[in-house]
Amino acid sequence: MTLHARRKLVNQIALALSLGAMVFGLFWLLWILFEVVRLGFGGLSLDLFTKMTPPPGSEGGLLNAIVGSLILVGMASLVGTPIGILAGIYLAEYGQRGWLASATRFINDILLSAPSIVIGLFVYAVVVTRMKSFSGIAGIIALALIVIPVVVRTTENMLALVPNTLREAAFALGAQKWKVICYITARAARAGIVTGVLLAVARIAGETAPLLFTALSNQFWSLDVSEPMANLPVTIFKFAMSPFNDWQQIAWAGVFLITVGVLLINVLARLIFKEGFKQ
Amino acid sequence: MSVSAFAVPQKNFGDVREEVQICARGFNFYYGKFHALKNIDLDIYKHRVTAFIGPSGCGKSTLLRTMNRMYQLYPEQRAEGELRLDGKNILDTDVDLIDLRARVGMVFQKPTPFPMSIYENIAFGVSMHERLRRSEMDDRVEWALRKGALWEEVKDKLRQSGTSLSGGQQQRLCIARCIAVKPEVLLLDEPTSALDPISTARIEELIMELKKDFTIVIVTHNMQQAARVSDYTAYMYLGELIEVGRTDAIFIKPSRRETEDYITGRFG
Repeated sequence: MTLHARRKLVNQIALALSLGAMVFGLFWLLWILFEVVRLGFGGLSLDLFTKMTPPPGSEGGLLNAIVGSLILVGMASLVGTPIGILAGIYLAEYGQRGWLASATRFINDILLSAPSIVIGLFVYAVVVTRMKSFSGIAGIIALALIVIPVVVRTTENMLALVPNTLREAAFALGAQKWKVICYITARAARAGIVTGVLLAVARIAGETAPLLFTALSNQFWSLDVSEPMANLPVTIFKFAMSPFNDWQQIAWAGVFLITVGVLLINVLARLIFKEGFKQ
Repeated sequence: MSVSAFAVPQKNFGDVREEVQICARGFNFYYGKFHALKNIDLDIYKHRVTAFIGPSGCGKSTLLRTMNRMYQLYPEQRAEGELRLDGKNILDTDVDLIDLRARVGMVFQKPTPFPMSIYENIAFGVSMHERLRRSEMDDRVEWALRKGALWEEVKDKLRQSGTSLSGGQQQRLCIARCIAVKPEVLLLDEPTSALDPISTARIEELIMELKKDFTIVIVTHNMQQAARVSDYTAYMYLGELIEVGRTDAIFIKPSRRETEDYITGRFG
């Protein structure tokens, strides 16, 4: 076999292997999506968006869980995003290679990879046992703790991508550091940072473990964050584990809603990222 | 021994006594332990173009970047000696960097438009130093863009992003942005090395125009460019200032062997 033919063969084998890996991964992903649509679509009805979670055997929907999830995810993002962005700015623009930044980066990486159940139990021990009640607040704290490291990481990475020449150009005009950051580097990295925040939101939208020990769930309508709060993931967990057919049907509909929601956030994140880099 | 393959335009200095704007005496610079600039003595004259030439790594950009204390951004970099701007040593710790950078502007090798509109690109620097009313700012932006030879091309799209311009236009935007602050000195760090020949020619014309109002220091790898635009040329090698003098003298009859080797391409 000539050298050329051998190289061609090796090339084809490598191509086949990577194609195979891609098909294998896509296969499961598409199957999951297909099953979610097949089982969840049937449960979609007006009731789902207008009625509370029902006791077994009666009519009901997911209104309280949907609203509860929106509150928990929304508030956690509102708390976690500014903290994450500010910490990311510190790491990229101020701390850089100092010991404090290195320590922060290390701890942030641990937090980033910490299993969410650990965070749930931590908040349970620190907040729930002190308040002597499960509460929406505890759920918000737990979710915010998941948002923060993701946002810190993406903010730092996106700021690191901003060319140093842009910083120097701003400093050369006599700008103070905070102005350089606010008007130049943060602006240049804006699309990437927003994308990171959206991906963090998508991540917590489906988190169950941290809510199980904190917000718990609530069968009734409640907007009070000091009380247990209904939410989609825990409701799905409870309903899917139950032996009742109508509950299982609602659980699938909830899964469908979360999947579509997360998918939409991801698409939005991609659009923003692309848009931001085009200009 | 005329070595010149260069067209050095006749420069008329008249009888005017040159006025020193920047003066270095016993100036040294270090990157950590590396001694990058060694005992530099140099005068830069007001409203003249001074070019720094020399092979890569000789310290031309380093010297330029000390003149607005850009090196200050990097803690491991350090300067020693005297570097006077209108008599005041700018290396002194009591020098206000913001004020210094208002007086000494800098344009970089690659165009660096900020991620904002053309108008805001100009207004950003101005607003660091002056509080202007809207109409005054409009006038200043127009003035700077006219000085930067960009006004005619962008006057109808001031709200567009600065990054939407072509490379040459972006570089003129950066020059205009610098001028808008009304500095005394313009530092140009290889301002045309990322540009095509036509854009380069426009920028060179601009430099000749601007020296009426500003003292210009330019680092360039292009010796024809140095010959064309500069009044004074300084040749640097391995962190030392080998020779400095009137550009026609340096290019036609350099007094040092090393300079001659470099500008005739026999270097190496």
